[in-house]
Amino acid sequence: MAYERRHDGRAADEPRKITAKAGVIKKADGSGYFKIGDTAAYAAVYGPQECHPAWMRNPKRGILRCTYSMMPFSGDGERVRPGPSRRSKEISMVTEKALLPVLDLDDYPNAVVDVFIELPETDAGSRCAGICAAAIALADAGITMKDVVPAVSVGQVEGTLVVDLDGEEEHMDENAAADIPVACIPSTGEITLLQMDGVMEPEKLLRALDMVRPALDRIAEAQRNAIKERYAHSAGGGAA
Amino acid sequence: MELQVKDRDVVVPGQVVATGMEYLPSTGTYRLGDDIRANRLGLMKIEGKVLKTIPLAGVYLPQKNDVVIGKVIDILMSGWRLALNSPYSAVLQVKDATFDFIAKGADLTKYFDLEDHVVAKVIQVTSQNLVDVTCKGPGLKKLTGGRIIKVCPHKVPRIIGTKGSMVGMIKKATGCKIIIGQNGVIWMEGAPDKEYVAVETIRLIEELAHTTGLTERVKQHLVERTGVDAASLEHVEQEEEFGGSPDDRPRRYPREEGRPERGPPRGSSNDRRRRPYPARPRRGEQ
Repeated sequence: MAYERRHDGRAADEPRKITAKAGVIKKADGSGYFKIGDTAAYAAVYGPQECHPAWMRNPKRGILRCTYSMMPFSGDGERVRPGPSRRSKEISMVTEKALLPVLDLDDYPNAVVDVFIELPETDAGSRCAGICAAAIALADAGITMKDVVPAVSVGQVEGTLVVDLDGEEEHMDENAAADIPVACIPSTGEITLLQMDGVMEPEKLLRALDMVRPALDRIAEAQRNAIKERYAHSAGGGAA
Repeated sequence: MELQVKDRDVVVPGQVVATGMEYLPSTGTYRLGDDIRANRLGLMKIEGKVLKTIPLAGVYLPQKNDVVIGKVIDILMSGWRLALNSPYSAVLQVKDATFDFIAKGADLTKYFDLEDHVVAKVIQVTSQNLVDVTCKGPGLKKLTGGRIIKVCPHKVPRIIGTKGSMVGMIKKATGCKIIIGQNGVIWMEGAPDKEYVAVETIRLIEELAHTTGLTERVKQHLVERTGVDAASLEHVEQEEEFGGSPDDRPRRYPREEGRPERGPPRGSSNDRRRRPYPARPRRGEQ
């Protein structure tokens, strides 16, 4: 039985509804919010700032330090234990690696850019939402970066390729579903995050990577608009 | 050969600002293939064929000759460490701190104590962003009283305005003394209610820094909040680059450089002023 109609009526290559905002956390140097379907992520950027612990410092360039964290009530009912876990450490690391290729931290030797990602609500695709929010936050913080980084998942459900799996699709039996989070640099097309959960044929993987491009472009556009909108409301001498 | 944006447009990382080889990338933009793209959040600035962006956000990076306001965060063997509202802190050496003689092993907290705020000038920045500052110079001093606020360092030029016109207006309308550090730290002192108006006005400028017609908007705000005459706020320009008030007038210092580092100890600080007339002959001499 093929998965012909998605349970929420989306087309196979259609991502969930996207909401993106910049400047949502006042005290942070930069912040972003990214919601895709029922997965929401806040990201706050602090810095570049003095790096502690000092052994982490790199005298050649600044470093990026990401912290991914799901809120206790953000999952599907079971309480998520706060604090670092095997899973959140891994996701923090891949987030860092997904974002670092666009950043230029050469002007900040020995300093650190801290990115904190918090997810108040998750329904699959949380690392992608986290990367999207973090890219908005980094741009909002005024850090030199050659592009934004959109991220979304692609995968297959019962043999059918679909973009942006939600919880219901992703949590199927491993043999029925495969899930591939992808992040890219839109201007060059380079892929900065590629992981896979489940099983998929090599030819299908290549098709999946082609299929996800339009969704990534759409997300990049949403990210750029979010940053611009922060400055749109007060243009033309309007009230503060 | 097409420009994709207008002057003063807000651009975001990765946005194509021009296509073709007609234009040249500069700070805040880069070339990728045939396109020129922005590589940071900023306001577009088109200078003939050169495309730049003016940053709208970001931290302060110390630069030589900047006048900054720092906070003493540590006391070193022969100097002080100042936090500059930046990823990098500065060192104020004893020799750059004052014209007074400071003996070896003296208690440095007598000059600048922890938590004190100091107006200082950056004299050296290394490739690793190690910073040296000095307190010797007109208007450079320890700050007492008043209040400190922090703003985005990239908005400091708007807050100061052309030749200090913007801060001049705030000073005139509120009667506050205001000193603005290039690092986005602002010190002000005045009547509490007026200080409040000044803070509010600075926040307004920060919020609207990327818009045009800001001077008029701020003038209107000041007139509303303080009731001063709008005409009196015309052409309020200042000579000093950073907001020194009249009683911060530069004093004549004996010598800027070439001063022996360890001169003879002097008594009170008043003695260091040179007498304008020759010393009176002592009794018994002639």
